[in-house]
Parts: sequence; structure tokens; C-alpha cells
Amino acid sequence: MTALEFSHVTKVYNVRGAGQIKALDDVTFTLRSGQTIGLVGQSGSGKSTIAKILTQLESPTEGRVLLDGVPVPRRGKGLRTYRQRLRMVFQDPFASLNPYHSIGYHIERPLRLHGVVPKAQQDAEVRRLLERVRLIPDAVIDRRPHELSGGQRQRVAIARALASRPSLLVADEPVSMLDVSIRLGVLNLLADLQREEGLGVLYITHDLATARHFSDEIIVLNQGRIVERGSADDVILRPQDPYTQELRAASPDPDKHFASASGTAGGTR
Amino acid sequence: MPDPLLTVRDFSVVYDVEPPVAAVKNVTLELQRGEILGLAGESGCGKTTLAYGIQRLLRAPAVITSGSVVFHDATEGDVDINALDAEQMRRFRWDKVSMVFQGAMNALNPVATIGSQLEDVFEIHRPQLSARQRRAEAAELLEIVKVGADRARSFPHELSGGMRQRVMIAMALALRPQLMVMDEPTTALDVLVQREILSQISQLRHEFGFSVIFITHDLPLLLEISDRIAIMRDGEIVELDTAERIWNAPQDDYTRTLLASFPRLTGEKGMVVR
Repeated sequence: MTALEFSHVTKVYNVRGAGQIKALDDVTFTLRSGQTIGLVGQSGSGKSTIAKILTQLESPTEGRVLLDGVPVPRRGKGLRTYRQRLRMVFQDPFASLNPYHSIGYHIERPLRLHGVVPKAQQDAEVRRLLERVRLIPDAVIDRRPHELSGGQRQRVAIARALASRPSLLVADEPVSMLDVSIRLGVLNLLADLQREEGLGVLYITHDLATARHFSDEIIVLNQGRIVERGSADDVILRPQDPYTQELRAASPDPDKHFASASGTAGGTR
Repeated sequence: MPDPLLTVRDFSVVYDVEPPVAAVKNVTLELQRGEILGLAGESGCGKTTLAYGIQRLLRAPAVITSGSVVFHDATEGDVDINALDAEQMRRFRWDKVSMVFQGAMNALNPVATIGSQLEDVFEIHRPQLSARQRRAEAAELLEIVKVGADRARSFPHELSGGMRQRVMIAMALALRPQLMVMDEPTTALDVLVQREILSQISQLRHEFGFSVIFITHDLPLLLEISDRIAIMRDGEIVELDTAERIWNAPQDDYTRTLLASFPRLTGEKGMVVR
């Protein structure tokens, strides 16, 4: 059981000409293995700042990030171990894979860096990981990213994230760049992996509908502050905070649209 | 009472590459005046090719292999779009049919102010206007889309994504066209901004009476904004009906599959198919 604690984190950016901007304001939550937390909010709400702090690309101005009760090291071997246990799936599968390298290389590299399996078993492990994300190893292993579709690329990115056998996964808008017809496939895959490997997943999105379907708990962020949290159904179906209610009302909802008698085209808020 | 604005008959587009790709196959549809028609389908289904093709915006290797597109102009009567010469076509576009492109964030010129870009439209299409009149028209448009005339001297990077999208809509609206084609106009925006833009499109449509062809793969959104929806697959329209009937009584299997690939915000969770 792994627990990642985000404890009273505040992040202030100094912006030239605009003074100080508080991107996060006293944010506290705990992500445990075996659980999916949906993090929702509009552009600029601080979602990605949380992801950056979790991956140690930024450090908090105040507050701490603790892994199993121990502060996350800033450098050295401790940081490397942390990065092996927490992996990231990025939004844009077109930019997050190196066009110069083969798919096999992308998966093999974390195996080598983190010494996950003995060298002799690396090839077999690469194949196992590709199969894990429902790709056919022989069909993709020697290809380069541009030869794959967006959905296939995102599967490669997921396989790469799983290579170091992490217990926690941060997925920042993992399907927003993908075509709708394959979004669900990738999300279902993430959900299956989450269950089978007992991963803790932080699912960052502004899509309330998928957040509800794929999360156990949802945290709503507005201007760097947590305004509402609770079970996925409670937050989306019975939102208490005015901002959550606003988000919910703005999301397309054909059920409600056609249920109301006044459901004219282009219905307003 | 049908009052068609655009009649598309037996329209086909082929990408003349090796082997040739039939991107749009014998599409027939009629767009009513003042109607919002949604065009949905996954990437590569031909929805953008169809929307571009009816304005003859395609370039080689795309070839229109069959069909006719007739625009029922409110003032000049029927116009056969395929029969227009280059100069007539130039005047027709923007004036009668305008376009809001995908990724409008990047469709504006980064080194010109938004006011001057709006004025350009009038300079080309309304050469009789004086500079002062052009400026006034641009200012009025920025007010209509609620960006505000005081932003006329702003550069695109000084505006938020939502505001840039509004500027794009203002440009498309400039000559009061009878048809606006919108290709994924809100895809890159977050839900709150998206909702504002959608209500604005809807309100402008009532005010100015134009028709809209709205292209997106976001079906829940399309169901809310459209009067009728055409579902495309492999270059063909597999189903065309009112938004309500598409939602409540889809006839085609593919429409059902597409509907089922969206998790519902409030409905049953079991809708997610595997």
C-alpha cells in the first residue's frame, strides 16, 4: 500500500509585470494505490501545477509532498526511486514520444534506467508491456512514433509509464488529444490496468463525464483552491459548490437537454 | 415549411492519390435557412472534406468527381457553386458563406492587431468603404461578439483562447453571410468558455438569421446545439435526422455505437461499452 500525501501545498509564481500569482492555495489530498482520483477544473485552475509538483518539475512554495510519510527527496537516489514509483502519462502523444527512436527503445529505456529486470530479460519484458496495453509487439516494436495512430501512441506512453512498475500514475488529460471513438478504449485500458495492478491513478481532466465514470473520488479545483471533493457520483450528480454547479451546467448533457420540455437547440446555461 | 438555403446533390470527392481515396461518396442533403446542421463522425470520415468541398475550398489532390451544390441566395436567386469562375468564387466566399476554422487560436496573424485583421475583410470585400467606416465596422463586430471595441488594437497573443475564438467568429460574421461553416470551433476550449461561445453562436443565429454547418466529433455537444444532425462514416451520411430523434431513436447501428462511446454525465454508468 502506497500513499502519496499532498500536504497544505501552496505554489506562488512570480510573474514579471503581474506580481505574484497563487497557482495553488493550501491544497491537501492523499492518493492511495488501488484508487483513482479525478482532478477537475477549468484552464488555469491549477491542475497542471499539481502534476508538475508531483513529478518534481516544480517545488512547492509552502507545504510538503510525502510518499508513505517521508518527504520526497529533491535529488539523488531517493528522487530516482520516487520517479520509479510515480509515473506520468502526458496529454499529447504526438509530442511525448521521441520521433527519432523506435517504440521498443521507448519501453526499454526505463527498464534499463531503473534496472527493473536483468538485461537478458529486457526484450521479453518490452513485449510483455506492449501486450499489456493491447498492442501487438511484432507490429509496433521496430516502428517509429509517426507510423502509429494517436491511440496507439498513447498506449505506448502508458506501457512506458508502467515499465518501471510504479504504484502511482499521474495522467494529465490523457485522452483529450485523441479521437472520440478511441478515447473510451484508452480510458478503459487505464481502468483495467489500475484494477489489475492496484495502481493509484490521478486522472486530471476538464471532462466531467469521463471523470465521473473513471474515478472513485473527485476533487474540484478553482483558482488554485479545492472547492469540493467527494465520491464521484456525489460531486457530479449532487454538486454543492457553486463553481462545481457551474461546471456541471456547462458540460453537454443530452439526458438533461432532451428531458426538459424547453429543450430548444442551442440551449443556454 | 421548407426554405432551403443549400442543396447538395450526389456530391462526391476523391483524393487522387495511389490508390485513390473516396473521401465523400454521393452525399445528398438540404440545409434549411436559419438551421444549425451538425456534422458528426470520427476522424477521417469525410466531414471536413464535405464541408470544404461545398465551398470549393479543396485543393489537389482532392477532386470533386460528381454532384452539384446550389446556394439559394436570399437576394440573387439560385447560385450553382460549381459553375462560378475564380473571381465570382472569390466574391462569393465570406460574403455568402464564411468559415470558422479549427484551431482558431492559431488562425489569426500574430503580427497584426485584431482590429486591422477585421478591417482587412472590408478592404477586400467592401472597397467602397472609407477607412473610418472600416474601423467603425470592426469596432461594432468586436462589440457584437463581446470582446469589446477597446481591444481592437490588441495582438492575438494578448487575448485568451476564448476571446480569439470570438474574434474568429466576428470575422466570419463581418459581411453578414447566410451560411457559416464551423469546423471544431470549441474543441480546444474548456467547458465554461465552450458554453459561452455556444450560447453566443446560438444567439447570433437568432439575431442575424444565418444557417450553420457545425462540424465536431463531440456528439453530446452537437446534440445540444443542432437542429438536425448528419452522422458520417467512410464518406457517406449514414443517418440524418433531428437531434432529438438521433438521441432518442437512432436508426443506424453506427449512430448507436457512436452514441455509446460517450460516458453520460448524469445518466446510467452502465452506458460505457467495451
